[in-house]
Amino acid sequence: MIEWTFISAFAGAAVLLLLPPHRKMLARIVALAAACIGFGIALAAFFLFERGAGAEPFQFVVERDWIPALGIGFHLAADGISLVLLLLTGVIAITGVLFSWNIEKSPKQFFALFLIIIGGAYGVFVSFDLFLFLVFYEIVILPKYLLIAGWGSTNREYGAMKLTLYSILGSALVLAAAMAAYVVAGLGSFNLFELAGVAYAPAFQAWAFPMMFLGFAVLAGIWPFHTWAPTGHVAAPTAASMLLAGVVMKLGAYGALRVAMPFFPEGLEQWRIPFAVLAAIGILYGALAALAQRDLKFVIGYSSISHMGFVLLGLLTLNTLGIGGAVLQMFSHGIIAALLFAVVGRMVYDRTHTRELADLGKLRLSRALPFAAVTFTVASAASMGLPGFSGFIAELTILLGAWDSIPLLLLLVGPGVIITVAFTLKALQASFFGDNTDSPGTVPALPPISAPERVGAIVLMAIALAVGLHPTPLLDLILGSFDSALMSSLLK
Amino acid sequence: MNYIEFTVFLLPEIVLLVTALAVIGIDCARRGKAATGAGGTLASASLCAAGILVAALIILIMPQEGRIAGGMLVLDPLTRLFKLVLLAMTLVAVLMLMETRPVRHVGENFAVMLFAAIGMMLVVGTEELLVLFIGLELTGISLYVLVGFARSDIRSAEAALKYFLFGSVSAAFLLFGLSLIYGFSGSTELGEIGVAMQAGGMEPLLAVGLVMTLVGFGFKVAAVPFHLWAPDVYQGAPAPAAALVASASKVAGFFILAKVLLLGFAGAEGGAAWGGFQPGWVPLIGVMAALSMVVGNLAALVQNRVRRLLAYSGIGHAGFMLIALMAATPAALASVLFYVVIYGLTTLGAFGVVTVVLRAREGDRLSDFAGMSRQAPLLSFSMLIFFVSLAGLPPLAGFFGKFYLFTSAMGAQAAPGGQPGMLWLVLLALVMSAISLYYYLLVLKQIFFVEAAEGTPVIRASKTGTWTCSILAAATIVLGCYPGILLGPIRLAVGAAF
Repeated sequence: MIEWTFISAFAGAAVLLLLPPHRKMLARIVALAAACIGFGIALAAFFLFERGAGAEPFQFVVERDWIPALGIGFHLAADGISLVLLLLTGVIAITGVLFSWNIEKSPKQFFALFLIIIGGAYGVFVSFDLFLFLVFYEIVILPKYLLIAGWGSTNREYGAMKLTLYSILGSALVLAAAMAAYVVAGLGSFNLFELAGVAYAPAFQAWAFPMMFLGFAVLAGIWPFHTWAPTGHVAAPTAASMLLAGVVMKLGAYGALRVAMPFFPEGLEQWRIPFAVLAAIGILYGALAALAQRDLKFVIGYSSISHMGFVLLGLLTLNTLGIGGAVLQMFSHGIIAALLFAVVGRMVYDRTHTRELADLGKLRLSRALPFAAVTFTVASAASMGLPGFSGFIAELTILLGAWDSIPLLLLLVGPGVIITVAFTLKALQASFFGDNTDSPGTVPALPPISAPERVGAIVLMAIALAVGLHPTPLLDLILGSFDSALMSSLLK
Repeated sequence: MNYIEFTVFLLPEIVLLVTALAVIGIDCARRGKAATGAGGTLASASLCAAGILVAALIILIMPQEGRIAGGMLVLDPLTRLFKLVLLAMTLVAVLMLMETRPVRHVGENFAVMLFAAIGMMLVVGTEELLVLFIGLELTGISLYVLVGFARSDIRSAEAALKYFLFGSVSAAFLLFGLSLIYGFSGSTELGEIGVAMQAGGMEPLLAVGLVMTLVGFGFKVAAVPFHLWAPDVYQGAPAPAAALVASASKVAGFFILAKVLLLGFAGAEGGAAWGGFQPGWVPLIGVMAALSMVVGNLAALVQNRVRRLLAYSGIGHAGFMLIALMAATPAALASVLFYVVIYGLTTLGAFGVVTVVLRAREGDRLSDFAGMSRQAPLLSFSMLIFFVSLAGLPPLAGFFGKFYLFTSAMGAQAAPGGQPGMLWLVLLALVMSAISLYYYLLVLKQIFFVEAAEGTPVIRASKTGTWTCSILAAATIVLGCYPGILLGPIRLAVGAAF
């Protein structure tokens, strides 16, 4: 059943490509339907997943031969971590379509590419064959380029090409390490569980781990290989920014957690501290850079680097709190970043055609677009980690995990947290509440917020709030999957 | 050995020869009338296509398997499979030739294409040095003629002359190398040469022979530093001829190179693992592979003409394939053969699209592709598939091809301590492959995102052109999702042959 998540997305893309070009409304409806089906399946899997003692850690298993000559199988499964990320992908798929409802330029191609990325992400989260995993992991590269270069804004060709080249160079590192692991293991199988069970020689792990981890971490925006992310996010059309920050960056973190870390535990031990330092620098650097930006979308782009730094730091703590928090942070940041990009890209930029903080401040946006102002305020509160929102729980657990594991790093992370509050408040104030006089100046006439935007924003805000107030269902699911052999070997 | 047996073994080649002669005959008969008309093109093309299909049918139903005259002619599943592949590629080139502007004596053009096909089939179907050399020369001379066929075009003439000069010098090297190897081993049959090599050590004269042979083959497959002809030939030759040079001739070249190395030079491998160099042909190939990957892919970055870009990318792909040859195992051979077929198919398709653009816009600069997606959507989509497959992204055949190729190479020479010894080459290949995406995207950007300038001629593809490219694109997708369709037969055939 789990395979229908990505099959529905790819089928939706295929249907879209076959539609006649002038049926724009039909294209939107097909895209929304495909996104809803995928989310529906993810949701059904969430409810059908058996929890509690004695339940299998990996459920919904599909095992078929694919290329038996090389030991490549069509091997799917899902555990709690997969399920959380499937849900995230489904939510972003639906809201992404809603926030692109106004696309007039070739909507069928736009949504087809969008759905291919969604399908690839679903596929990554449920693949337990290394080759299949890599197929899905690389499927998203080209649609990303085409979406940004075709429908993007500021400096789109540069941003698209930079992002694409970083992605593919990152996957080159991953591929090299994966092939080496397959060859050295000598099992003649790409089954993830079997490969993770092999005890690779320490000398091999010493270079294979950093190679693979770095390859994945590039996509997760690790400092200093993060520079593709802000330019790419800014250049991308709204739905693509939501998808890039919301889901695609998580593919890198997920790959690190699922493949690089269980494969090479000794390499991990050796390289844990250096990578954790990079992650912590990323948290601080992303926050400082966001503070210095004048373009609102760049502020959010750099804040993503900072928040993804938390994910990587959490993974490298190697304790239940840290890794569990990292997975929750993947979900939480996915939702919040998508919301922020939706407000900036769709609600504000599509109407005002500027993202400069100085210009936005003069537009009296809090009066012109009250709904957008409320949404952005909520999203900012969530983003800076205010209690009651998902980001608070996630980042707090990561910090607790880090305190147990690498306490010195909190010297770097602590200022990062404070600066995050600073830049978020600064951006919020400058963009929406720049004009704080009560003078009855003219309020610019902007098109009102449309119904699809309202629905999308409310869904995302509700999820961020719901997970923040009651994180137990997701946390139980994540922590419940730590008993599997794949995960328990990681924990110290 | 009797002549009946010979005839039966060579029946597909004979069919092609008769077809070619018939095409020339018809052309002569029509010469009094308007020999350039479209009717002549259509008649010649249909006749060629029919001949190719009959030859393919004969290969399919031919029951004989075996070898006659000391390996002069070999028929086994592997040679049959590759003869079929070569015929299919020639068929596409024939269809492309229909798409180009009619030239005088179009029948000869078709006939020479069939001669080239006969040469390549001979090359594929032999394990003996003399027939090998004759086949290579027949292919080479036919291709020189094809490349120079656009007689009114000075670039075509230049390309043909360059190709001929480089080709004949490399043939001399090859012949000299082969004669030294014969002198060393006392046999012209690959299997016996291999036995002799395993028995004797690496003698100086043998080393010279090995190097000379590799020089000759390096030219055939356009590996650096013997690649200099490729960009000019791809650029100057009529597109169908260039397509044949880039696809079928490369398939045949890699096939026979692999066979010579694995059968004939067994025992003289040496080693190219990091920190484990040993003299032999493997280090030589390693150097050629590394240079080809780097030079080909970096030079392609700065090309402004798509045919030159394809030439340099082809040099890079030759480098990729060479690294798996270094593994010198049947499993690695299967990966090379799989990859070269995929590479041939996608390159053919790309040249097919280039042919259409050339005809409409009379140039193949990047800007000549601008706005193509509006005017010929199906063709543009096909080009996307070909280029993305060449860049090696899933779910297209090129991804699995590269994955399999590099995994085989990685598994080759274990360095001390159980580390994969060829990691340095595989990593270089992966990085170069990643870089290659950049220049493929440059072309795709023109096709999809740049509007055609005012007054540029509209690209209109004929039905044949669109169908041919679409079928090749569909094959690229299907083989990407189900590589087993091609991989199964190749592995079976390789298993039977080695």
